[in-house]
Amino acid sequence: MALIELSGIERRFLLGDTTVHALAGLNLQIDAGEYVAVMGPSGSGKSTLLNLLGLLDRPNEGTYKLEGRDVTTLSPDEQATVRSTRIGFVFQSFHLVPRLTAAENIALPMTLAGIPAVERNKRVAQALKDFGLENRADHKPDQLSGGQRQRVAIARATIMQPALILADEPTGNLDRHTGEEVVNLLEALNAKGVTLIVVTHDQGMGARARRQLVMEDGRLKADSRAASISNLAEISG
Amino acid sequence: MRLADTLRFARDAATGYPMRTTLSVLAMSIGVAAVVILTALGDGARRYVVGQFSSLGTNLIIVLPGRSGTGGFNPANAITSTPRDLTIDDAGSLRRLPGTRRVAPLAVGTSEINYGGKLREVMVAGSTAEFIPIRNFEIAQGQGLPEEDWNRGSSVAVIGAKIREEMFGANQAIGQLVRVGDRRLRIVGVLKSTGQGLGMNTDELVIVPVSLAQAMFNSNTLFRIMIEANSRDAIPSTKERVMETLKQRHRGEEDVTVITQDAVLATFDKLLGALTLAVAGIAAISLAVAGILVMNVMLVAVTQRTGEIGLLKALGATSRTIRLAFLAEAAMLSAVGALVGYLLGQLGAFALRQFFPVFPAYPPDWAVIAGLTTALATGLIFGVMPARRAARLDPVQALMKH
Ligand SMILES: Nc1ncnc2c1ncn2[C@@H]1O[C@H](COP(=O)(O)OP(=O)(O)O)[C@@H](O)[C@H]1O
Ligand SMILES: [Mg+2]
Repeated sequence: MALIELSGIERRFLLGDTTVHALAGLNLQIDAGEYVAVMGPSGSGKSTLLNLLGLLDRPNEGTYKLEGRDVTTLSPDEQATVRSTRIGFVFQSFHLVPRLTAAENIALPMTLAGIPAVERNKRVAQALKDFGLENRADHKPDQLSGGQRQRVAIARATIMQPALILADEPTGNLDRHTGEEVVNLLEALNAKGVTLIVVTHDQGMGARARRQLVMEDGRLKADSRAASISNLAEISG
Repeated sequence: MRLADTLRFARDAATGYPMRTTLSVLAMSIGVAAVVILTALGDGARRYVVGQFSSLGTNLIIVLPGRSGTGGFNPANAITSTPRDLTIDDAGSLRRLPGTRRVAPLAVGTSEINYGGKLREVMVAGSTAEFIPIRNFEIAQGQGLPEEDWNRGSSVAVIGAKIREEMFGANQAIGQLVRVGDRRLRIVGVLKSTGQGLGMNTDELVIVPVSLAQAMFNSNTLFRIMIEANSRDAIPSTKERVMETLKQRHRGEEDVTVITQDAVLATFDKLLGALTLAVAGIAAISLAVAGILVMNVMLVAVTQRTGEIGLLKALGATSRTIRLAFLAEAAMLSAVGALVGYLLGQLGAFALRQFFPVFPAYPPDWAVIAGLTTALATGLIFGVMPARRAARLDPVQALMKH
C-alpha cells in the first residue's frame, strides 16, 4: 500500500483578480520508505505540495490519502494529531524557537503532545547523542552554527518517530560542506525506513535521491519512477 | 500539552519579552495597589469614626430635649437646642430604672476661669460623679466630682489637662481655689489629656457639679442626660423604659429624643462603608484599564510570535494547546501584576499608618479579595481574544512570517 496517494489535487490562490494554480491536476503515489527529491523552478509549486503533504494546507479539490486514510476531510485538530505523530518537518530557515535551548527545541513536539518529562529527557538525550549535539544541549539557537541549528531541527523532526519527513530546501541556508552533512543525516534516517521527501534546487543533491519529481507551473513535469516504468514498458514492448 | 509544560512555556514566553511583560505587570499592579490603598483609606476612615464613637462610652443611651421627627438618628437634633426643658429631677428619676448602670445629667455653657491673674475662656460641663466613668474619661491627678445630692453641688471643679498647664504650669493644681464665672471653686481633679477626637475635647474643659453649672448659666434645663445601660442587650429595653418614664413625667407628652450609640454608630458605619465601596469601584476601573492593556500586549505578542505559532502548529499543536498557552501567559501577567500590586498596596497602607498613627489604614479583606479576583478575571477575559486569534492562525501563512 502506498504511504501517500494524491489524486486530482488542485490548489489555487487568488492574487488580486488572477487565480494562481499552485498545484493543478496532480496525481502522485509515494511508497513507505522512499527517498524522493522534488525539483523545479521557483514558483512551480514545490512548497505548496510539501505543505499539503504535511497537512498544513488543504487542496481545493482532490483527495489525499495518508497510510490509506483520507486526511483531507479531517478536522483541524485531527490533522494536528496526524502531524504530531506521523510527520516531521525540516525547514530552510530552521524555525527554532529562539528562547528555548537546543534540548528544549528538540523536545518541543513531545511537550506539545503531552509526553511526560521523564520520557522526553530520555529521548532528547539519545537524540543529542545521535546528532552530535551533546555539549550543545543548553545552548540557545543564536549560540549555534547553521549546521548545528539544522541538526537540532532534524532531531526535532524525528523525535516523535514519524513515518514521513518533509524537508523544504533544508540546505538552502548552509554552505556546501554543512549542507552535505545535513543531507547525510537525512539519508541515514531514510536508510532506517523513514520516508523522506526533500525539496531542493541543487541538481547534485536531487540526483542522490532514488526518485526525482520535477514540477513546473503546478504540474508534475517529470517523475523518474514513472519514467523508469515507461522505459521498462518500452523495453519490454 | 501538560499543565506544567503550558505554564513553563507561558512563563518563558513572558520573560522572553521583558519590556511588554513589565508594562502589563505594572499596569495591573497599579490597579490592584489602587484598590488596596484606597479601600484602606476608606475603611480606615470608617474604623476611625467608629473608634471615636466607641470612645464616647460604652452602651450609651443619650436623652435630648425635643422630639425628633423620625425614629432614627438625625444629626440636626444633636445640634438644635431645647424646646422643652429637661431637668435634673428628670435625670434623677432614671437612676432607679432597671437596666441602667449609671446616669449623668449634663448642662453645658462657656465661662471664664481666673487664677492668679490669668484669665481664659473655658467650656463648662455641669454634671455629676458618674459623668466621668460614663464617658470613659480618665483622671490624671486627684479625683472626680464627689458623690452628693445632685441639687446641692459643692464648690469644686475638675479641669482639663491644657487648662491645668496654662493656669498652673509647674505648680500644684489640686486644692487650689479658682474663679469660674462668679464662683470660687476648689480644684479636686485633673483629667488626662485626650487630644482632639470626635467627642468633646476634654483638655479645655472644666467639669463642675450640675446644680452649680445651672446656677452659673441661670437656667434649669439640661443639655443631655447620659445613661449607661448594664449591657449591650439591655440597650433597647432600657431605651423603652427611659422613654416611658420621661413621658409620664412630662404629662404624657413624648417631648424628648432618645438616641443610642448603636444607632449612631450603625449610620456612620453604613455611610462610610458605602464610601469605601464607591472608592473601591473607582479603583476597579483602573483594573479594567489594566485588563485592556494586557489584551493589547497579548495581541502584540500574537503578532510578534506569528511565526512561532505556525511552527507550533506544524509540530502538531492543536488549537486548544495554543489557546491555552496564550491564555496562561495572559493569566500569568495579571497574576504577577496582582501580586506585585497587592504588595505595593500593603506597603502603601503600611506607610500611611506610619505617617498617621491614629488612622487605622488597613485594607478590608473583601476589597483585597475582590481586587485580586478582578485582576485575574480581567486578565483572563481580555486574554481570551488574543489567544483565540493565535489559535485560528493559518499555519502556512504563519510559518511564512518566520
Ligand atoms: N499563500 C499564497 N497566496 C498566494 N499565492 C501563493 C501562496 N502560496 C503560494 N502561492 C503561489 O503559488 C505558486 C507556487 O508557490 P510555491 O509552492 O511557494 O513555489 P515553490 O516552492 O516551488 O517556489 C507561486 O506562484 C506562488 O506565488
Ligand atoms: Mg518554496
